[in-house]
Amino acid sequence: MQELKTGTKELMQFYDCDEMREYFRKKDKSLRNKLTTVSEAVKNLINDGEYIAVGGFGGVRIPTAILHEIVRQRKKNLGLSGHTATHDFQILVAGECINRCDIAYIIGLEARGLSPNARRAVESGKIKIVEWTNAALAWRYKAAAMGVPFLPARNMMGTDVFKYSAAKEIECPFTGKKLVAYPALHPDVGIIHVHRADIYGNCQIDGIQIADQEMARASKKVIITTEQIVPTEQIRNDPTRTIIPYYLVDAVIEVPFGSYPGNMPYLYYSDEEHLKEWLEVEKDPQKFKEFLDKNIYGVKDFYEYIEVNGGLKKLHKLMQIEKLIIQGR
Amino acid sequence: MSAYNSMELMICVASRFLENGATVVVGTGAPCAAAMLAQKMHAPNLMAFFEAGAFAPILPTMPISVGDSRTFYKALMASGMLETMEACQKGMVDYCFLGGAQIDMYGNLNSSMIGTDYDHPKVRFPGSGGANDLASLTWRTMVITPQDSRRFVEKVDFITSPGYLTGKGARERAGLPRGSGPYKVITNLGVLGFDEETCRMRIESVHPGYSIDDIKKNTGFELLLAKKITETAKPTEEELRVLREEVDPYRYIIGRA
Repeated sequence: MQELKTGTKELMQFYDCDEMREYFRKKDKSLRNKLTTVSEAVKNLINDGEYIAVGGFGGVRIPTAILHEIVRQRKKNLGLSGHTATHDFQILVAGECINRCDIAYIIGLEARGLSPNARRAVESGKIKIVEWTNAALAWRYKAAAMGVPFLPARNMMGTDVFKYSAAKEIECPFTGKKLVAYPALHPDVGIIHVHRADIYGNCQIDGIQIADQEMARASKKVIITTEQIVPTEQIRNDPTRTIIPYYLVDAVIEVPFGSYPGNMPYLYYSDEEHLKEWLEVEKDPQKFKEFLDKNIYGVKDFYEYIEVNGGLKKLHKLMQIEKLIIQGR
Repeated sequence: MSAYNSMELMICVASRFLENGATVVVGTGAPCAAAMLAQKMHAPNLMAFFEAGAFAPILPTMPISVGDSRTFYKALMASGMLETMEACQKGMVDYCFLGGAQIDMYGNLNSSMIGTDYDHPKVRFPGSGGANDLASLTWRTMVITPQDSRRFVEKVDFITSPGYLTGKGARERAGLPRGSGPYKVITNLGVLGFDEETCRMRIESVHPGYSIDDIKKNTGFELLLAKKITETAKPTEEELRVLREEVDPYRYIIGRA
């Protein structure tokens, strides 16, 4: 018998699979109009202390309007699944909204550099963290989506990522091999930005789905922001394209340009100037405070935020960059 | 022979290790450029994946995120992250490229933190992202990194991505897939590989203008020497032309040297 190890950190979000079956049994699965507003969705569906997951890939296809509204409504003590959490993490940390995070990737904005403010918050211990990897968190969503307590895999073992995780090693009943067991992760709220949805929440995504297919199926509540609302007829004409079906979804909000300043594949590229400004201004706490007032606290909604940052002219430029009409980065 | 900078050299050297017909998961930056260069030079059938779910794109320009729209421009498939990770886990991916703040003699990589107390790090970095997954599950891990003794350390503060862990057989004992592990470490000074018996890092080739001593002086642990140490072949005119004109015309990556 080989020695089987256990990660040293406490599991921060876990529901028993029978408890979840009862929850999903009771969930309203009727085809009903779920259109609402950003502020109503955040007010009614995200409670202080709950655990949230953000779709997309940090700076790609992110639900920025909801993230800003979480900050504006001063939600507190949220847990976060840090599956390539980049600009999304930066926003939530700026608003001091999260106090714990299952991390795969945080603080950095990939090739753009590290967020000084997010780094300070994690280094100071204000945000409690547990280690995972991108695949581990995606498999944790998948286990939850499957309705099983865990999934086995073959990564992470032998490393400090495992040591500071809440995973466990198990022995394979068929081969005797050592495997890592990833506990199902059911976020209380999953928030996803998509290209198209109908009023019931049937969603289409163009391009890569990242881990959103699994995350939507794992989450207890799902909030969808969409570039456009389309007639259900359009969904029915091409049902192969439904990535997220309506019965998983609790709220639908039409937010054109909703991933700004992130990239929205095929529509607009990320606003690199603005993301650079975020990273730069975070170095000085006073300037950062003024920056947040200007961009989040002091604006009424997401559209005022876009206006503050160049409005339609800026959006047009980002559309041209995405379509390779003009060079930009 | 044209002049070249160290980034151009590292990209050219890395690209030569990627053979036609191989599969590779690339990140942004130098690895992406190396894979594109290989495709245009000698490996038109090199299949490139990105961890967020893009398969075999025709990259129009350098992506800034491994999940941005460039990574699946005219791709053969735009899928999800688990498609990539599961392809790796079932043995379909030959290479991955990784980096880190620290690397040790067994090729273990740290991209998580500096310091010895997990709950109070001196410096916190992003963490694994997909790095641990790729280092665990692809066959061969490649590293492109500048070399100095602060980065090449006796012991990494935190093992984010597994190299050979503590030596021969340690990966398999830990439960990682058989026969996988670090392959080449390409630096601004030379190419390092791994000794088959001990799994320790060794010098395999030295870049033009540098010596074995230069490499040793910039390494915080004892390096082994390969039986035959060669001088790295300089980038050819054609490699440099393709790299500068077709792969990275805006110098996003090669301009960083």
